Amino acid sequence: MSKSVGQSMKRVDAFEKATGRAKYTDDLCDRSALVVRLVHSTIAHGMVTAVDTAEAVKVPGVVKILTCFDVPDIPFPTAGHPWSTDPHHQDVADRLLMNRHVRYYGDEVAAVVAEDEVAAAQAARLVKVSYEEYPFVLDVQKAMEPDAPQIHEEYPGNILAHTQIRNGNYEEAIKEPGLIKVEGWYDTPTVQHCHIENHVCTAYMEAGRITVTSSTQIPHIVRRVCGQALGIPWGKVRIIKPYIGGGFGNKQDALYEPLCAWLTTQVGGRLVKIDCAREETFVSNRVRHAIRTHIISWVRPDGTFAARKIECFSNQGAYASHGHGVVAKGMGAFPQIYPCPNVEGDAWSVFTNKPAAGAMRGYGIPQAMWAGESHIDDVARALGREPLEYRYQIVMPKGYRDEFSKNENYYDTFRQVMDKGRKALDYDRKREEYAGQTGPVRRGVGMALFWYNTAVWPISLESSSCRMVLNQDGSIQVQTGETEIGQGCDTAYAQMAADAVGIPFEDVHVVSTQDTDVTPFGTGAYASRQTYIGGFSIRQTGQLLKERILTYAQELTRQMRSDLDVIDGKIVRITDGRELMTLGELATEALYSLEHSEHITAESTYQIKNNAYSFGCTFAEVEVDIPLCKVKLLNIVNVHDCGTLINPALAEAQVHGGMSMGIGYGLSEELKFDEKTGKPLNNNLLDYKLSTFMDHPHLQALFVENPEPTSPYGTKALGEPPACSPAPAIRNAILNATGVACNNAPMSPHVLFARFKEEGLL
Amino acid sequence: MYDLKALYEAESVQDAVRLRLEHPEAQIIAGGTDVLVQMREGKRAGKELISIYGIDALRGITLDAAENIRIGSLTSFSHITRDPIIQQYINVLGEAVDQVGGPQIRNAGTIGGNTCNGVTSADSASTLFAWDAIIELTGRDGVRRLPIQDFYLGAGKVDIHPDEIQTAILIPRASYENCYGHYIKYAMRNAMDIATTGCSVNVVLSEDKKSLARVRIAYGVAGPIPTRVPTAEAAATGKPLTRETVDTFAAAVLADIHPRNSWRASKDFREHIAVEMARRCLMESIKLAGGVMA
Repeated sequence: MSKSVGQSMKRVDAFEKATGRAKYTDDLCDRSALVVRLVHSTIAHGMVTAVDTAEAVKVPGVVKILTCFDVPDIPFPTAGHPWSTDPHHQDVADRLLMNRHVRYYGDEVAAVVAEDEVAAAQAARLVKVSYEEYPFVLDVQKAMEPDAPQIHEEYPGNILAHTQIRNGNYEEAIKEPGLIKVEGWYDTPTVQHCHIENHVCTAYMEAGRITVTSSTQIPHIVRRVCGQALGIPWGKVRIIKPYIGGGFGNKQDALYEPLCAWLTTQVGGRLVKIDCAREETFVSNRVRHAIRTHIISWVRPDGTFAARKIECFSNQGAYASHGHGVVAKGMGAFPQIYPCPNVEGDAWSVFTNKPAAGAMRGYGIPQAMWAGESHIDDVARALGREPLEYRYQIVMPKGYRDEFSKNENYYDTFRQVMDKGRKALDYDRKREEYAGQTGPVRRGVGMALFWYNTAVWPISLESSSCRMVLNQDGSIQVQTGETEIGQGCDTAYAQMAADAVGIPFEDVHVVSTQDTDVTPFGTGAYASRQTYIGGFSIRQTGQLLKERILTYAQELTRQMRSDLDVIDGKIVRITDGRELMTLGELATEALYSLEHSEHITAESTYQIKNNAYSFGCTFAEVEVDIPLCKVKLLNIVNVHDCGTLINPALAEAQVHGGMSMGIGYGLSEELKFDEKTGKPLNNNLLDYKLSTFMDHPHLQALFVENPEPTSPYGTKALGEPPACSPAPAIRNAILNATGVACNNAPMSPHVLFARFKEEGLL
Repeated sequence: MYDLKALYEAESVQDAVRLRLEHPEAQIIAGGTDVLVQMREGKRAGKELISIYGIDALRGITLDAAENIRIGSLTSFSHITRDPIIQQYINVLGEAVDQVGGPQIRNAGTIGGNTCNGVTSADSASTLFAWDAIIELTGRDGVRRLPIQDFYLGAGKVDIHPDEIQTAILIPRASYENCYGHYIKYAMRNAMDIATTGCSVNVVLSEDKKSLARVRIAYGVAGPIPTRVPTAEAAATGKPLTRETVDTFAAAVLADIHPRNSWRASKDFREHIAVEMARRCLMESIKLAGGVMA
């Protein structure tokens, strides 16, 4: 029997997407839709005192203008987390559909609903908003100062949350004689996801219910949030999620769906559309938390850690969104990746008047690895050790187990990926060759590890549901609540389902669209969990379907149930291998039988109470042009242990995308703000320096395939991990080339110019 | 959906002149890679447009009777880069415009539009300044020609009369003969970017190829409009091909350029880069001209 899992099967959506036939939210929107243009705050902090729409409503084609004075007074949470029935673990409800108290430059103040885009845009320009301005604060540590402007009444000192790690006794441990103290501050920038399809959603009413079609990663969660925001029963809301052009976590939030759902109720249930411009996506959706990290390591001359301390200051922006979970995850990696008996950690999530930070590919780990892996190179330098060799000594050993999550390092993954990466980059030879350079253009190599885990258990619910329906021809439809967002999970699911049932890959039809009226419950695409989590319910439901098929087969073939199997779409008597009938023949008989008609289907939920480590590394080689303050990335290699590869070609593609994001994070991307006004300066794809194809060398993706024992398919995280380690690897390569440590990402020419001057290279 | 009041499509240069006079408020549009972007941003929303994009007579590159290079204003960047006349006589221009945006923009964008925009960062502009290009404008009363330095009046402002359109850009024979040049676009990434600073240098060597008979240098984004750097040109003209000449030349650029502090880049940084670019552009130009550094 041919197995699908492990093969580079062609994507199930390849032809539709490559030929432009795939229907996305805007493609599905009827041309009769009313178009919404939002009016955003033009101050960073203050109270809206009036919205004058007198001129705007005169624009021909304007249907209605609604403002922050009109919306229901129901604060609601937006984070794409599974709901918690425990009120203490519920997400923070801190915003209205539009807010009078505006907390960042770009907050929503009014919505113009018009017959077309041009009328909406013209009217939006004519809406006059008056404010009472308040002082504002952009910097995370300034926001913690006693006299800082207060952004949310309920959070004095702007502290959304503060958590701690206290392992062993740090204060005692640092008294040990002979310790070397290594200390550093590491900064990461505010960046945005830059998925190709901006967030767009449409809504209309039918039979007293609201249907929202949205470019979202999390349809079932968005249904709940819409219900909460509008104060209506959740069953009154239906969310449809078609193909989407990427999300990277930005669409793991309820964005404009609640507002869109409310707007349709204000215009008699007519179809309305909110289609974000790129400029809005940058500012008024979500961004990645800029996190400032302070690390102190107390090291013995033999390289072992006596004690370590970490402080993380996470810039939450104006609203809680995913909140503290992001920095908490980042800090959580710190005591694990390089185990140390005495660790003191503090993480703060702090409100500022910047755009709200939410989930973004890596969920705190790219920031944590930037700080942590830069710091390990700094420690190696202080000890006079080669940084790669040093990591072999101190990194998490095989058999390490985290007592909270029960995650276990079943293999010696870190050392395996380092072995593979150093060989691929020819690291050792280059390290030697590049020693002692003095010219204006110098080369260097560097690397960084990353720690990751796959899903959210035990912090949050993990469950997956799946439905399979047998067709007359022996093919099946598969539905799950997990969503295809470009990462390829529909294809991986088709492979898994084919193997679970015993049918060819081509006979699996994955229903790509989630529709909360018909799709089984699932919480959507986030963490790096789709393949891992979906695998459980697909395996279980596939077995259930197969049971029903074989029970019916026993009736038709008069052979004992346990002597039968479904192999390659046929009912096979396994005692002699004879093919008794095709699955199609069985299915047709089952549906139309005058004796015993049965629609063979299966549906089940599996609750996952496991999680899985997923580790890897990046090796990078750079050429630094010191006079021009420019870095050319010559080579870059990512090595991942994501368990057994379900689809090697898709896995490689996923790593390439993550590496590209990591390169931009390290070298060029940063959303900038005017210090005097809080206004975003570069919220467009020209001025925001997303790295392009021309800025990348060949992206090399390698794998160490250690099967994950807790997964029915041996798989674990790969979605986010590729973006976690490229930036610090590049930083460490620049350090190797020039002797200059850059602790602020991105290492743009501006930063390098300043650092090279400080260090006397210019 | 663009917020435009009306679109008038010119069929010939004369037709364009007529439309200009009939619709004095209208904006000229060629490839649209700047105008449509601004319109979408609301800056030119609600405007009337006169499209000259259909006037094929304004496309292509030729040598005129006096062997001056004539570049039709609607010639796209990609066509300039691949044109044999450009490649033979002023290859640096083809290389410079090959660094505009990405391939789609280079197929749609025109050199006329690039210069009529009047922005300092235009990738074609510093090279055209450095090669003493002549701008040809055609209006009701015929053709008017002026040096590119006079064409640029200020940031975003160029000297086009209400009845005129730009019809060609000329590179005089005396400018390109025996002349070799190099352009460096300094940007924050390798594609889809505007120049932080652009530097274009060209040289004519003495007959023995031992000294610099003529040196010209121009910058983009070193002031509100592209600018020549006469102090540096004077400092290097007639000088031998030595490291000292190059260093003197590079240091002298600071006398004439005035980059500003902005969130995109600091003045210090731009000045530092400008000096380094001048040095590298001159060295490369000398090499292209067949000169060997002493």
